[in-house]
Amino acid sequence: MEGAELAGKILSTWLTLVLGLILLPSAFGVSLGISEIYMKILVKTLEWATIRIEKGVPKESVLKNSASVGIIQRDESPMEKGLSGLRGRDFELSDVFYFSKKGLEAIVEDEVTQRFSSEELVSWNLLTRTNINFQYISLRLTMVWVLGVIVRYCVLLPLRVTLAFIGISLLVIGTTLVGQLPDGSLKNWLSELVHLTCCRICVRALSGTIHYHNKQYRPQKGGICVANHTSPIDVLILTTDGCYAMVGQVHGGLMGIIQRAMVKACPHVWFERSEMKDRHLVTKRLKEHIADKKKLPILIFPEGTCINNTSVMMFKKGSFEIGGTIHPVAIKYNPQFGDAFWNSSKYNMVSYLLRMMTSWAIVCDVWYMPPMSREEGEDAVQFANRVKSAIAVQGGLTELPWDGGLKRAKVKDTFKEEQQKNYSKMIVGNGSL
Amino acid sequence: MGSRASTLLRDEELEEIKKETGFSHSQITRLYSRFTSLDKGENGTLSREDFQRIPELAINPLGDRIINAFFPEGEDQVNFRGFMRTLAHFRPIEDNEKSKDVNGPEPLNSRSNKLHFAFRLYDLDKDDKISRDELLQVLRMMVGVNISDEQLGSIADRTIQEADQDGDSAISFTEFVLEKVDVEQKMSIRFLH
Repeated sequence: MEGAELAGKILSTWLTLVLGLILLPSAFGVSLGISEIYMKILVKTLEWATIRIEKGVPKESVLKNSASVGIIQRDESPMEKGLSGLRGRDFELSDVFYFSKKGLEAIVEDEVTQRFSSEELVSWNLLTRTNINFQYISLRLTMVWVLGVIVRYCVLLPLRVTLAFIGISLLVIGTTLVGQLPDGSLKNWLSELVHLTCCRICVRALSGTIHYHNKQYRPQKGGICVANHTSPIDVLILTTDGCYAMVGQVHGGLMGIIQRAMVKACPHVWFERSEMKDRHLVTKRLKEHIADKKKLPILIFPEGTCINNTSVMMFKKGSFEIGGTIHPVAIKYNPQFGDAFWNSSKYNMVSYLLRMMTSWAIVCDVWYMPPMSREEGEDAVQFANRVKSAIAVQGGLTELPWDGGLKRAKVKDTFKEEQQKNYSKMIVGNGSL
Repeated sequence: MGSRASTLLRDEELEEIKKETGFSHSQITRLYSRFTSLDKGENGTLSREDFQRIPELAINPLGDRIINAFFPEGEDQVNFRGFMRTLAHFRPIEDNEKSKDVNGPEPLNSRSNKLHFAFRLYDLDKDDKISRDELLQVLRMMVGVNISDEQLGSIADRTIQEADQDGDSAISFTEFVLEKVDVEQKMSIRFLH
């Protein structure tokens, strides 16, 4: 019996501490400064580790192995130059050289597939999972790493799991209760309060430190917020600073429960899988939403999939056909403290969250950007590209024309046809085509 | 797990690859990590599908033939050693390699081996001759639907006529010399050190 009593006591003390030190402050949006101290210690430790690593390994080889250096230097010359000829020249047997070289270059290093796997780090951040090039370096470093494992798994993980559990249950219960109220300003106000509080708790469950820039450009009601997409927690990160109406597919499991509860309190736009294919229906429902200026701004990730925090891929034009003001937001995580990218083909949601909760912290920058709208004579695709460039520049991300859908789907034949057409023009000349 | 990648490459193997291909230690390590990231089956070999998953290769008109070049006759898996051997054809020829003694084995990146790589892209049945049919197939892959059969046929005929010396209406490797072309430059990729 005594054992049970003791366990009960420990549990209640634990919960009281969590409640007093974390939950209440997050409900009111104040900070006790504990996470700031933690971050300071963390930064110092990582700096120290970097110096140790550089000392332990000859500098040259660190540079050589680091991911910032590519494998090859690509030959970017266009087809005309690569084939050494003018338009309208004849076919030559050596024309296959150009295509072979391009092909081999893509095999050695390509722009797309590397964006779907975790970003490589320049220096080790004391997490085993990122330790590719650094093995045993020194005793002291190993001891610090062991200490880190103990802190991450025995202190931070239980704390974070508790927080996440409380945050998610509060969200489900809170939104369900608020959903019972009649529509009106009280309901909206309470709904925002519940969303904000729960998101703050959940962000703390990941030791999130978020820097918001240019707050004057925060997305306004009746607008559409578009952002680059790295992970499902992008939503948390953004909602911590203001509520959005979310758009997405109805999921099953835990996500489904959360979604169903949330939609009761706040007009999120969830689609069934079958509805998602019906583009007109999607556009229509989004149009209705933004027509109502009292409704929250819609949050859309136009890449349609998670990219590894180094680049921005093609923006699907759908979100840019709806009309209304677009509020671009750039999100960039600091990879030193933990890899926020969700490699959905490798990890499921729960193991992803566990990885997040056993990382050091989630540190990211969010830049709100001046609103943009479609210019005269600009079609949706051009507009989408313009917004994409703006986000890429602001977030310091590489801009790629490729479709993020390539993570799962094969590339469309039209790209190959384009190449064939260009080549044909060269060997036959303009006249006959 | 991918993170164990570099430890799986044994030192002896690395040494052998270095000798065979001429790549440097760090180049091999980096290419090994590329190899493992392409290896979705995580079984130490690449399949054709693994290659086809690279979008920039999938849109290459000759993509399928290039992928084929990695697979020895009748096999559908390639290991790291084989992967490196094919890549080595595209290593630039360095100055100290040009004056190498003629008795040693010819390096994979020699002018003649580079030419062989290109020749094999055409020579599907491996009879050491590019027939009119084989040439037409490659032409069709490169131009798609944009040029008529008739026009393509006359391009093939003219090409064979120009290259053919022994009158067998096909192009043998000795006829595939391409004297005027800077093969060294066009069939080399700038690998960083």
